Amino acid sequence: MRNKLLAAALASLGLLSTNALAQTEIQWWHSMTGANNDKLNALATKFNASQKNYKVVATYKGQYGESMTAAIAAFRAGNAPHLLQVFEVGTATMMAAKGAIVPVAKVMADAKEPFNPKAYLPTVTGYYTDLKGNMLSFPFNSSTALFYINKGAFKKAGLEPVAPKTWKELNAAAEKLKASGQECVYTTAWPSWLHIENFSAWHNVPIGTKQNGMGGFDTVFTINSPLHVRHIAMLGDMAKKGLFTYAGRTNQGDAKFASGECAMFTGSASALGNIIKTGKVDWSVNFLPYHDDVKGAPQNSIIGGASVWVMGGKKADDYKGVAKFFAFLSRPEIQMEWHTGTGYVPITMASYELTRKSGFYDKNPGLDLPIKQLTNKTPTENSKGLRFGNFVQGRTVIEEELEAVFSGKKEAKAALDEAVKRGNEILRQFEAANK
Amino acid sequence: MEKRVVFRSAWLPYALVAPQIAITLVFFFWPAAQAVWYSFQLQDAFGLKTQFVGLQNFAALFKDSNYLDSFKVTAVFSAAVAVCGIAISLLLATMADRVLRGAMAYKTLLIWPYAVAPAVAGVLWAFMFAPSIGIVTYVLKGMGIDWNWIIKGDQAMLLVVIASVWKQISYNFLFFLAGLQSIPKSLIEAAAIDGAGPLRRFWTIVFPLLSPTTFFLLVVNCVYAFFDTFGVIDATTQGGPAQATNILVYKVYHDGVKAADLGGSSAQSVILMFIVIVLTVAQFRFIERKVQY
Repeated sequence: MRNKLLAAALASLGLLSTNALAQTEIQWWHSMTGANNDKLNALATKFNASQKNYKVVATYKGQYGESMTAAIAAFRAGNAPHLLQVFEVGTATMMAAKGAIVPVAKVMADAKEPFNPKAYLPTVTGYYTDLKGNMLSFPFNSSTALFYINKGAFKKAGLEPVAPKTWKELNAAAEKLKASGQECVYTTAWPSWLHIENFSAWHNVPIGTKQNGMGGFDTVFTINSPLHVRHIAMLGDMAKKGLFTYAGRTNQGDAKFASGECAMFTGSASALGNIIKTGKVDWSVNFLPYHDDVKGAPQNSIIGGASVWVMGGKKADDYKGVAKFFAFLSRPEIQMEWHTGTGYVPITMASYELTRKSGFYDKNPGLDLPIKQLTNKTPTENSKGLRFGNFVQGRTVIEEELEAVFSGKKEAKAALDEAVKRGNEILRQFEAANK
Repeated sequence: MEKRVVFRSAWLPYALVAPQIAITLVFFFWPAAQAVWYSFQLQDAFGLKTQFVGLQNFAALFKDSNYLDSFKVTAVFSAAVAVCGIAISLLLATMADRVLRGAMAYKTLLIWPYAVAPAVAGVLWAFMFAPSIGIVTYVLKGMGIDWNWIIKGDQAMLLVVIASVWKQISYNFLFFLAGLQSIPKSLIEAAAIDGAGPLRRFWTIVFPLLSPTTFFLLVVNCVYAFFDTFGVIDATTQGGPAQATNILVYKVYHDGVKAADLGGSSAQSVILMFIVIVLTVAQFRFIERKVQY
């Protein structure tokens, strides 16, 4: 009996090892949680079942910042994963690490996988593409910023339940909402991403020189322009009048809107899932407000989210598997599955068309809004994305200065001047470290 | 006659302290030396390119007015944490020492918070004090106080001080309780017979006799406030709003771990190390004189 068991155990071990020999494992570190994590694992399982040679092993490694830190440490120790999901603000850091990463364009070309960069949405891939048009990382989960209103609160204030289109209209509605006893009138998530980064793209003004840093590391911030100052001063004013409630640096605003506490909200498109699930608010989702006296506004918004980077130093055969996996992920039906399951935007036009034809948007109004806003106009140098070194620190600096305005400690002009000065020091340091 | 026990062997004493020295070298001196070494370097995140830049990292820090502000924030924070932590736990220990019935239960309950990790403590307090959903916020609102530490710097500071103090009270409490129990009862009884009230007995007998414990805790609490509190800050305010709770050690953590700026972060930790060394030496030189062993 015992021998039989042993034999069985050995046999199964043998089986396992032959399996492992035949299959090349591709390690993928990511930061998806909850339902998105399930969807991601489903993609990996589906890919693994679709062919025999490669096996994608997806591992959750903590939040974006944590998984990037983990991968950097692993790289320094010589055992980095093949694939790493990196948030958009880490793009410049990854891109500068030439020996540590392999551009996606090169992976696809080396493996001779069919690959047409033109098939992808320019606002999405623009963020992750170099000036020569080579895709550096694979856009995986992208969202954008949207504007939500609580229609119930609007009706209560005697307003038409229609979202204000401009900041002027928003302010007028805010006064009425306040007068009707609404305590939190307007709030926002991700203040820098919303009110500096997306704001600039939406109004077609630069965030930094050199095409928002895409043209080189010798870029400087330009977020203290008169338009920026005017916008932040307006928010400071609204805060003073009790029309704007600051919620925090990340997505704390989401809950304030979903619970019905705040009547208007700007935040990520990914907040929608939670708003629907909470089910407390009669919501509508809309394009971001703009200043109507700015020429060319509204332009298009920019993305947030993450892309998948290919790490260097692996075997050539491993990269073939990576290329196959990217080709798999680009398929319209796979993209549609990811898009409809998570709310992230589809990254190819074909998958958007496929989703539209399936009638998904008729059943789920609002879910096509991100892509409509991202493709509102052909992206300009100011609106195709941004690439600043050490932008994790840069964003913190911007947020600190914005908080100083919202709490009434600083004037908008002084705060934005300071943000530019401090931000530029960080950029210069990054430039020096990556010569 | 020599009363001390002396080792006759030349090597045995060294062999006996060797493990302790080895641990100190590997876990304390080696990382500290590495921090000093990195602080003179400029590296990209992946360590692919390293340049020796001398004192440039330090120069950049001292040019940054926000970094200098963070000294002030740290001073306020550390003083508040150390003083409040010691005062409250001394009060609790004196009270617990007087309790006759159920003393064990009191003591156990007071020691519990020590088993809670700083980050968890931070989250707990952040929930209770959360601007829109927190239970304490609700109560404060009823009292007419607008509690919103997300944007009010003073309240944010208050929150992280409370969370950090709460976390440290158990530790201080344990030491004070042990100190109190080692004070001879006869001394206190004698004073009581002479007609000294509880307050007078405390200030003239108990407090001076506790001074070695208090001094030790002062040093430990300062080090705690300087180094161990970033978990609380990270879980609650993350240094904000604006710079209101950006203490030195949190900036070290943020720049080094989150932003992968090893040179700048190392330079900051070297400065922090230097401050704590100076502070500890000063405490031993000036305050210890007042301690009666």
